[in-house]
Parts: sequence; structure tokens; C-alpha cells
Amino acid sequence: MRPFTYERAASAEAAVKAAADRPNARFIAGGTNLLDLMKLEIETPAHLIDVGRLPLAAIEETAEGGLRIGAMASNSAVAAHAAVRSRYPVLTQAIVAGGSPQLRNKASVGGNLLQRTRCAYFYDTAKPCNKRAPGSGCGALEGLNRNAAIFGASEACIATHPSDMAVALSALGATVETLSNQGDRRRLELDELHRLPGETPQVETALAPGELITAVVLPPPPAGGQAYRKVRDRASYAAGLASVAVADGRIALGAVAPKPWRAAAAEAALAAGASPAEAIAAELAGAHDRGRNGFKIDLVARLVPAAIAQARGERP
Amino acid sequence: MSSVIDWENTPNPVKENRGGVIGKPVDRYEGPLKVTGTAPYAYEVTPPSPPAYGVMVSAPIAKGRITAVDTAAAEAAPGVLLVWTHRNAPAQGPRPARYDFFTPSPRPALESDQVHYFGQQVAVVVADTLENAQAAAALVRLSYAEDPKAVVLAQHHAEAVQPPGESDVEIGDFEAAFAAAPVTVDDVWKTPLQNHCQMEPCATTAWWEGEQLTVHTSVQMVRFAQNSLAETLMMPHKQVRLLTRYVGGGFGGKGSFYEDLVLASLAARELGRPVKIAFSRQQMMHGTVHRPATEIRVRLGATPDGRLTALSLMTTTHCDRRGNFTEHASNFARSLYAAPNRLTGHRLVRLDLPVASAMRAPGEASGTLSLEVAMDELAEKLGMDPVELRILNEPQSDPETGKPFSIRQLVRCFREGAQMFGWDRRNPIPGRERDGRWLVGMGTAAAIRGNFLLPAKASFTVDAQGVVTVRQGMTDIGTGTYTVLAQIAAETLGVPLADVRVEIGDSELPPAPGSGGQFGAATAGSAALDAGMNLRTAIAELAANDPASPLYGGPAGAVVFQDGVVAIGNRSERLADLIGRNRPDGLTADGEVRPAADASQWSSHTYGAHYVEVGVDPVTGEVRTRRMLGVFAAGRILNWKTARSQLTGGMIWGVGSALTEGNAPDPRYGSLINQDLASYLVPVQADIGELDAIMLDEVDDKANPMGIKGVGELGISGAGAAVANAIYNACGVRVRDYPITPDKLLAGIIAAGG
Amino acid sequence: MKTTITVNGEPRALDLDPRTTLLDALREALRLTGAKKGCDHGQCGACTVLVNGVRINSCLSLAVMHDGDDVTTIEGVGAPDRLAPIQQAFLTEDAFQCGYCTPGQICSALGMLAEVAENWPSQETADLTGRVRLTDDELRERMSGNICRCSAYPQIVAAIRSAAGDLA
Repeated sequence: MRPFTYERAASAEAAVKAAADRPNARFIAGGTNLLDLMKLEIETPAHLIDVGRLPLAAIEETAEGGLRIGAMASNSAVAAHAAVRSRYPVLTQAIVAGGSPQLRNKASVGGNLLQRTRCAYFYDTAKPCNKRAPGSGCGALEGLNRNAAIFGASEACIATHPSDMAVALSALGATVETLSNQGDRRRLELDELHRLPGETPQVETALAPGELITAVVLPPPPAGGQAYRKVRDRASYAAGLASVAVADGRIALGAVAPKPWRAAAAEAALAAGASPAEAIAAELAGAHDRGRNGFKIDLVARLVPAAIAQARGERP
Repeated sequence: MSSVIDWENTPNPVKENRGGVIGKPVDRYEGPLKVTGTAPYAYEVTPPSPPAYGVMVSAPIAKGRITAVDTAAAEAAPGVLLVWTHRNAPAQGPRPARYDFFTPSPRPALESDQVHYFGQQVAVVVADTLENAQAAAALVRLSYAEDPKAVVLAQHHAEAVQPPGESDVEIGDFEAAFAAAPVTVDDVWKTPLQNHCQMEPCATTAWWEGEQLTVHTSVQMVRFAQNSLAETLMMPHKQVRLLTRYVGGGFGGKGSFYEDLVLASLAARELGRPVKIAFSRQQMMHGTVHRPATEIRVRLGATPDGRLTALSLMTTTHCDRRGNFTEHASNFARSLYAAPNRLTGHRLVRLDLPVASAMRAPGEASGTLSLEVAMDELAEKLGMDPVELRILNEPQSDPETGKPFSIRQLVRCFREGAQMFGWDRRNPIPGRERDGRWLVGMGTAAAIRGNFLLPAKASFTVDAQGVVTVRQGMTDIGTGTYTVLAQIAAETLGVPLADVRVEIGDSELPPAPGSGGQFGAATAGSAALDAGMNLRTAIAELAANDPASPLYGGPAGAVVFQDGVVAIGNRSERLADLIGRNRPDGLTADGEVRPAADASQWSSHTYGAHYVEVGVDPVTGEVRTRRMLGVFAAGRILNWKTARSQLTGGMIWGVGSALTEGNAPDPRYGSLINQDLASYLVPVQADIGELDAIMLDEVDDKANPMGIKGVGELGISGAGAAVANAIYNACGVRVRDYPITPDKLLAGIIAAGG
Repeated sequence: MKTTITVNGEPRALDLDPRTTLLDALREALRLTGAKKGCDHGQCGACTVLVNGVRINSCLSLAVMHDGDDVTTIEGVGAPDRLAPIQQAFLTEDAFQCGYCTPGQICSALGMLAEVAENWPSQETADLTGRVRLTDDELRERMSGNICRCSAYPQIVAAIRSAAGDLA
């Protein structure tokens, strides 16, 4: 790791002020992704602002009948919370499908949303990668791109977003609360948080520099059933080949796009009375086979109806 | 020179097992240290003074040369003590043009500007702290001129050659018999390059006291590494003491040694202080060795009633340009099934990949993934049960050489396994059994792995407290060496296990070849038994000649060793008293074993039968193993607990090779795509369902004086094939390109209309 | 940076490079080498320790982030002459071979049993609102953050089950 200075923020306001005052500063909460990348010098912050102990870990009811989850709540704490389990089971299922127990115990909700891609060409600093080294090219485009995106990618970047939790949050219609480095609070839809790569894959979110995620807010739970399904190469502790969160009529896909992928076309088709298979076929009309990831199209076509059936309580 | 006849006819304490220690499932000797985290592995040894920390820099190209070196920034970085590249690395012994596993030779580090593979170590930084060394290593700037490289086996078949010194083995007329066979199988199976992924990355702590070097490192072969290091450093062997007391996994990947050992030694000399260097996990994937990929064409011809008339395995594989390793994936087939017409052989392609070498059950691990699935396909074509097909083709003597088997209980393994597993519940028609969202299927396969014995020495010492110490330059890489040596000593000298000490993993001890090839226990143990026998003789003579001993007058040949007491009839005394009186500093005897002169007259193998039940999700192509049973015959078992663990571990490696493990070269960069444990997927706990290994009672009295054989590699042999066969039985799809990942299986399911 | 961490019940005052991970602080500064470095990237679990009773990967945490925390390593679980029940169970069931992942497995098992006692769910938990039953499938899933390349997995299940008594 390159040398850096470290401070522990006394408050959220102090944290964003410190970020505003210091060039190349990064927040650290759990650190499970940031330190992984700092060891490889993919991330090279000059200053770390530890926000992990800020009093932003509460999980509490909202006046609207939803749930506000503090950004510093651990992934495990969210998954284990009684209200999440009973009213938002898809969120618990998604969280416990990600990482390992040890990682979930350390990783924060905010950090989970901001984790970076697992693309092998991003991780290997000997390779070109427009996300890591803008302008260097995309090693995955013509490479061993089995894990690449089928939705939302560009010629500059075909990497996927690795979060499971965010996929469930997308299906649940969550919003994100932030504090800017000027001290301003704002809310944005989870679906607006992550950006598609376009020509600037290094810009991954709509957050401004030094803007801190303080909470994720869930609307009241949807009326219909929920389910999360994840397919991967081994039974546990592995990145997804594809995943899907279903919450009532809302569908979000994981491991197939640069962000949690709201399947809007599928949702619309479903709402119009299409069968689950027809609905996901409508979504997959926009899918892109990059050479080795084409199987994801078949996989999603089969996985989504199965998850919808599961959410509806139908037997396989 | 010993002979098999002597082994068969000479009784010894291990065979007689009067104390009952042999075979007993005793806990691991070093277990209390391992479960408390107090067993010091190589990087954890406390040197005589605080160490400096080395970090290596790896080449980002696969082939070419270093054209410019800029280490100014690294040298100026905080805490940096030393930066070496090929420009300024100390002189070392020259690397031989070709080298192999067992012949010690120099392995110089940073030897030239040439880059032979991606991830080759090209620089080292040593600093006062690990953090400073890591940061400075990233500041080393090297420029390269790249040459064209070849890294993908499938693209270079035209360059395949017969491995040096080998030829195809043909019995009868294979081509004619195959052409005439009424029922045939002819397919190609592909296995990928695999990485060992030992949990402990290679590491060394080194320090000097004058001209004497001490290194603690993580290797499987003590004497080989010590001699090679001394020759690399151009110094007398005896001035290098190499220790490797705890090894965090080897599996063949630590059969050799790497730049951590050489550079830590050199840097410690240069700096006059201890230095330790470890590989990063990422560096392990390219910078050590791997199991090379194979493409295996299997052709089987049979009569309608299931008798094999023609059998061929032809393997194409690869190694690095300077190496000399062949993955002999066809060899096991020479001894497995009867067939009058046979053709086996190998073709080798040299590629610009890292060094190919041995990984757990080299040959069998890859080869059984082909033949043992081909047999399943043949059984289906014949309408036969796959177990019955194998039993029908059981040979009476080695089908290639005609030599008698030392002992062969493969049929019994199949029969007993079938009954225990409930094989009769298997539906021979694929895709008919369902449990919830899972299609369920069963598969079987044979296991076979050769048996080997190498020369080794050992010494035994008994002290005035009656404590027996075994000393041997052997290793325990998780195999149970400490424990089985203690058991041999306890049984041979008739002392309680609590009164046995085992000292291994040190080049100053009597040499043994080390751990590998499933030869460890037989080789090291036979030498230990000999040392124990010699110590018994010395003790008996001491007693018979000591007027103060109740045993005075002998006869020495009648002395019995039991419960820490030596006795002739009703005359007895404590072993400790005898030694204390006569040899207060202890009594030592040496021993050794050599392969029997007539050993090659027998075909000697270990065998087993695998039974597997899997679930396949036909929607997603996911596979889960539900139940696995292996039944094995591997000679006398020294310790039923540690042997079973070796076998179950091997079986789980078979699951990995069938379902998840593999690494692919990217031809544009010459590198492997999976460079860590998040991308190279070894099985995790959730991948393994109910699983057990059963060992049949067996004694192979032609294998060595103890009648034991190895178990470390047998478990993987055939296990993956049984998984593949179970997948077919579950869903009716064959994937012949391993690993059988959801994408491949799903493509097959869709193609089959599922 | 000055940092005080209570390790195995004993407050330890350290002056650390901010880059030092909790794992390296334990292994190099405190010479507690029980926690192992298998991958240094949270991909193997060999470095698992308990922080304030919760299992984490000590390689993916900076030591300075743990000022005031209570850390338990394998050395705090038991010693060779006084093995904790879980350590004795690993020995009895032969739940290890090379031993390198073992301290992490044992710390992870302790953390896992505490999580089950707290009724935390896993992906094997079918009924999220009921009481978790520690079936073999639950146990396997919950221990999947600890890779054992020797593959002592069945023995690890047996050892944890034996030490956990009748939690199921």
C-alpha cells in the first residue's frame, strides 16, 4: 500500500469536511473492498477518513411504514434484523448470498453499495482497464469475459457490479441518503446511484467527491412475494454468474450489468399480463453477448421465471 | 540389497502389531500445536535478531527481456535496505539447461534479463518493515521488449512431440481391433491447467551465522532443496541448514522451491541480518508450478457382451520451454482394465507458460477424468451396469506387462461400495429422479494410483528416560508423517506413544526423499522401521551383556519390547533403567530402506471405487454433491484416522476438478485469468455433502517391509469422473471439457431440449 | 500511530504504521502468529479472528481501526496443554491436515456458534422468521468462508458438531 494518513471522524459532518479539505481522501468503513484494492494499488488514497464508528448504524422504522438502515450497519446486522427478515426477506436472502460471514460482519451497507467490480482485468494491474487506468483500453472486451455484463455495458467497459445486496435494494425501490462535502443532505433513488460506464467507466456513481452515504431507506414492503436467487460456480463464497431479486412485480438482476439492473422491460411486460418467461424475454432482447458471457442470456431467461414462481409461492 | 521375498518372509513389529499401535486412529502428533496456532510455519519462526522483510516484483509479460531498470524511486523509499534486479543480484550457480524434480541443481534468481513466463520474479526489495517493502516494490520500474508467445495448448497441437525418452506403448494391434469392434467409444476429454492453492504461500526466513546459513522454508523435499540451495549459492552443502518443520500444504507444488528461498538467503547475507520473504497469493498462481492442461483421446472397443477388445488413451499436454515435465495421463490405463489390444502414449507441447509440474496424483488425476467417463459411456451403449462392466474387464495379471499383481482388490472395492452406497437404487435411465428442484443421479468410477518406494534413512535414539526419538529429514505436509513415524517407533520399541518424539524437517537429519508421489509413509516409514529394528538389536545386546541387567546372558534374540519394558521370559526391567545404567547419553541406531531388487517383478498399485450422488438444477445448470463414498484398498493402514483424512481430502479434490477448478491462459498477455482465491475456485465447505472413505483390510507384503502403501493421492483418482458420471445420470448431459460449470452444463441441457 | 488493542484479554499499546493490517500487527508486532496469512485479500478465511466477539478477516482491516477493540486470536482460545473443547474436537476428529487454515477455522467456528445463538440467518435458512436449526447444511454454509485446501471439510463439520453439543 502507498503511504497514507488516517483519521477517525468524530461525526458525519466532520467526516465530509475532512474529505472536502483533503485531496485524494477516501472514507473507510468496513474496509473489506477498499483495503483489498489498496493492497494491489488499484486504490491509492493519500488520506483515509474512518467513518466506521459513526452513529449511523441504526435500523429504524420510518413514518411511512418503511425502514431506514444506517449506512454503517454491518451487512450481517441488516440481514439478521427482525423487521428485514419478516418484511423484506429478499434483502436478507441477497445479503447472505454475498461474500462470506466474516466479510458480511465487517462490510457496511454504504460500502457494499460502493464496492467495485470483480473483473479480472480490473484486478490485474498488468492489463489495460479503462476503469482503473482511463484510456488504457478494456482487456475484457476481447478477452476471457465469461463474467462480463450483458446489459448496460459500453465498448469502454463491460465489467459487472458485484453486489448482491444492491440488487435486492433495487427491487425494493430503496432510496439512498447522503451528506455532501458541503454539508448538504439529499436523497436519490438506488437506481440512480450507480452510473453506466459509457465513455467514463471510472466514474461509477452519481455521488460527488467527498459525498457520504448516510442511510438506505426502504419504502413500505410490497404486497406480493419476494425471492432472491443467485447462480454461481460453487455453492458459496463466490461471485455470481447471475442473480435476480423479485419483489412483487419488481425485478432486478445482479452480475449481468455494470449496476444492479432493474428489468424495466420485464416489469412492464409482466404488468401487461405477459408470462414470466415472456416478460424476461422482453428484457433480454436488449442483452449483448460479448463472446464468452452469452450463457448469461440463457441463464437469466430460465432463472427469472423460477424466481418469480418462488416469490409467488409456486412449487418448482 | 533387500528383496521382496525377504519382506514377505521376515516378521517385524509392524506386521505383528503386538502393541496394537499400528492402524490405531491416534490423534496427530503435532495436532495440539496446530489447533492452538503455535506450530511455527516458515514465515513465523523467530530468528536470532529482528528480520528485514523482502517483497518480490513479478514480470507483467510472458516472454521477452528487460530493457531498462529504474530502481531509484524504490531505493529512495522509506526503510528500503536493498533493491535487486538481474543487474545487481549476486552471482549464483548456473541454471542447467534442463532440470527435474529429484536432481539437485542451481536455481538462480534474477539470473538474467530474460523473461520466460508471466509472473516470473524479476526484482526484490528488502526493507525494515513489510509495509515499506510492499510500497517500495511497487516503485520498481522495469521496461520490457516483448517477444511473441504461445500459451494456449489447443492452438499448438502441430508442435506436439513425443516426450524425450518415451515412446508409445502398443500391445496387439489396437487400430485393427478398434476398427473391428462392434461397440465403441471415441471421444476427447479436456482438463484445464490447475493450481495447487496450498493455504500457506511459499515463504522463507533466512539468517547467517558466519559462513553458516540457516533457512526455514516451506518445501516437501528437504535434501533436494538444501543441496540445490547450496549449489545456487555456490557453497558447500554442509554450510546450509534447511528446516521445514511445518508445511502449510504442498500437493506437489512445493516439491521444488522458488525465489523466496534463494533471495532471502542472499539478502540476509548481504544485509547481515535475518530476512524473510513470502509469495503473495497472486504470485503463487504464476510464480510457482501448476498442473498442465490435457486433451485426452479415449477409444474403447468392446464385444456386445462387454469385453474390451481395444483400449487407447492418447494424451496431449504441455510444459514450459526449459522444463522436462510430462503429465502422464495415459499411464494408469496400462494397468486398469483387461483388453488384448492396447495403445497408450503422450504428446508434449512446449509453451511460454509458467513451469508445469506435479500436482496431487499427476497422471491419474487428469487421466481418470477421461477413461472412467468413457467406461460409463460404454456401459450405457452396452446396456450394462457400469460396475459390472468394470468387473467383467478385471484383469488377472497386469494387462500390459503380464506381471502378477502384488495384490489387487478393485472388485471388492466395487462390490462393497455398491452395497454400502445403495447403488442398486440407481435408475439407469438418466433424468428420471427428482428431489424438489434437483434432478438426482448416481455415478461410479475406479481409483488407481501407483505404489512407489525410494531410498531413505532414519535414526532412532532411546534416552535414559526411556524416551525414543525418531530423526529423519522427512516432511509432514499434512499427510500425518509425524504421527505414523511415532506409531512405528512406539510399536517397534514397545514404548507408549507419549514416550516417542519425532524430529523431522531438518537437513541435518538422516535424509529421506520427502513427501510426494504417495511414497512418503512407505519410504520414510520403512527406513524408520529398519532403524527401530537396529535399535532393538543394540538394546538387546546391551541387556544381554550387562551383568546388572536381569536379562544378562540373553539370549539377545529373545528380548521382548513391551510397555517400556524389556524382557526375556519372566526376567525384565524398564528400558529407561537399562539405558540409564549403560548409556546415560542415549543409544542411537541408524536404518535405511532401498527398493527391493526384485520389486519390478510385480505390478503394485493402490485401488478404490467411488460412488457419488449429485443434484443438478436443470433450470440453472448448478451441481451439488449430495453423497460420496470411496472404498479403498491401499495395503496395511498405519493410522485409520489420518489415512481416512487423506482419502477424503483427495475425494474433495476430485469434486474441485470436476466442478470448479481450472485456469485459462489469455493468449494476448500470456497470463492466467484467475490470479487469486476469489477467482480460482477450490471447493468450500458448502460444496461437500455427506462424504466418507472406507479402507479395506489389506496387506501388500510385496510393497515394502511393512506391507503398507500410500493413500495421499489415491482419493482424487477417479473421484471427479464419478461426479461427472453422476451428473449424466441426473440430467443426461455429458460435458467433456472440465470443469463442468453451470454455463457448460446448461448449454447441454438446453441442447437436449431441457 | 498510537493504538491500543486488547488482545486475548490483555491491553497492548502499539505504535503502528497506518498501513499495518490487524493481521500483520498480530503476527509481526505482537508475534501472535496463530492467525494465518493465506491470501491477504479476504478470500480464504485463514486470518479469521474475533473482534468484540464477532468473526472477521483480520487481513482486510487496519490495526488503527481497532483502537479500543477486544480481539481474540487462536492463542486466546486455548494452549497445547489446556485445549479448549473446540480445539480438542478438531484434534479428535482430525479436522485438519497441514494445519494452516486451522486457527481461522476454529475462530470462525466460535464466531459462527455465537451467530447461531443470536439466531442470525444464512442462505440455508429456509424460515427467516423462525429459530435457526444448525443442520449439517447450515453448518457447512456458515463455515464456507474458511477454505481448507487439504479439504478436511467433513471432519470439520464433525468437530464443530461435537464441540457445539446439542445446539441443533
